[in-house]
Amino acid sequence: MAVKEITGAEFEEEVIKSDVPVIVDFKAEWCGPCKVLKSTVEEIAGERADVKVVSVDIDEEEDLVDEYEVFSIPCLVAFKGGSEVGRSIGLASKSEIYGALGL
Amino acid sequence: MIYDVLIIGAGPAGMTAAIYARRAGKSVLVLEAKGYGGQIIKTPDIENYPVEPGISGYDFATRLYEQTKALGAEFVFERAEGIVDGNVKKVKTPEGEYGAKSVIIATGSESRPLGVEGETALIGRGVSYCATCDGNFFRNKAVAVVGGGNTALEDALYMADIAETVYLIHRRDSFRGEEATAELLRRRENVKILYNSTVTELIADRRLRQIVVTDKEGVKTTLDVRGLFVAVGRIPENRAFENVIELDGAGWASSGENCRTKTPGVFVAGDNRSKDVRQLVTATADGAVAATEALKYIASL
Ligand SMILES: Cc1cc2nc3c(=O)[nH]c(=O)nc-3n(C[C@H](O)[C@H](O)[C@H](O)COP(=O)(O)OP(=O)(O)OC[C@H]3O[C@@H](n4cnc5c(N)ncnc54)[C@H](O)[C@@H]3O)c2cc1C
Repeated sequence: MAVKEITGAEFEEEVIKSDVPVIVDFKAEWCGPCKVLKSTVEEIAGERADVKVVSVDIDEEEDLVDEYEVFSIPCLVAFKGGSEVGRSIGLASKSEIYGALGL
Repeated sequence: MIYDVLIIGAGPAGMTAAIYARRAGKSVLVLEAKGYGGQIIKTPDIENYPVEPGISGYDFATRLYEQTKALGAEFVFERAEGIVDGNVKKVKTPEGEYGAKSVIIATGSESRPLGVEGETALIGRGVSYCATCDGNFFRNKAVAVVGGGNTALEDALYMADIAETVYLIHRRDSFRGEEATAELLRRRENVKILYNSTVTELIADRRLRQIVVTDKEGVKTTLDVRGLFVAVGRIPENRAFENVIELDGAGWASSGENCRTKTPGVFVAGDNRSKDVRQLVTATADGAVAATEALKYIASL
């Protein structure tokens, strides 16, 4: 499954109201580690049909960055039932990411 | 399968070693804990590596990765947790074990933490080791930079343009970094330099709120800061391999320019090695040397 880039306006519908757990990949074009992590994020999206994976461009969505207190990217945040359940900060392996996100 | 050469770390040193070993027709496995590229993927531009000034760290690493993969090196994204010596050397990861005739340890280095309680849990929640990566999240906020070398001075100067106030905290009474940069900092109105001081406590809820700084008389000051940028040097990633390599006092792998270690068939390459210049060009040079030594070793078996 592809990783859809979403805007702040779509966040409520795509993440908060989602029936399945969601992983949000906070990233930016200028962030090298985010781009290296992208293939791992895509791999997760591919192998976990039970999870939705979306991305947010932090330079476009400052309100989301403030609301979810993102202070470093790459930053993956897992949501279940609209609330945060786990967070993985920095470049990490797939198993470390699953561990940090609790998924 | 028993690989001819197993390389730990897909940074510039490890991937260059893989290129040399593959071009000599050897089977190669690269184990990488996080993602290809190593430290360099954090930098927006590289100005001092021969041939292509201005290339981004990400592009440099990606092209090196693609070159290495195209030559047929295998990559597995697992952390090496130890080496068992023997005719066949075994490298353990959380997921399994890999056998090889020779091993090249190219694990580089990472930022040295301050060692203050709660620091690790606050990474990405106010604590950062890379001002150019995370600085923008602290626009018009107060931040602190810790350290006295060039990285700390440059980080403080970088943050002075972004943050409201920058406290530069250094444990000595003078900087190790360049005087010219220090002078630029002294002239900035929003930079406050605290000499002879260390960060002794982090106060946080979900995110960093305050730090406590203690000076050499023992006087404590609490500062309201949202960001703490730690620039107190780098530490090698060698501890897991202490049974097969010798470490110097600071933990760097002792070895000569030939990249050999005390264990025949185990080599070290790149920033984790004891050396004076830690740069891309010396890391890639080590990769070439270590691979060539590994080939010689395999031929002697
Ligand atoms: C911000 C920044 C800017 C820089 N700019 C420049 C520059 O402009 N020019 C220049 O020449 N140099 C620059 N450098 C230095 C340069 O990046 C390093 O010298 C170089 O990356 C060292 O390469 P390496 O392969 O030895 O180690 P690293 O790049 O540190 O790579 C080591 C790799 O090993 C992996 N690893 C570690 N432990 C394990 C394990 N147990 N199992 C599996 N994998 C493991 C790590 O995840 C990492 O990917 C810069 C460094 C930084 C941090």
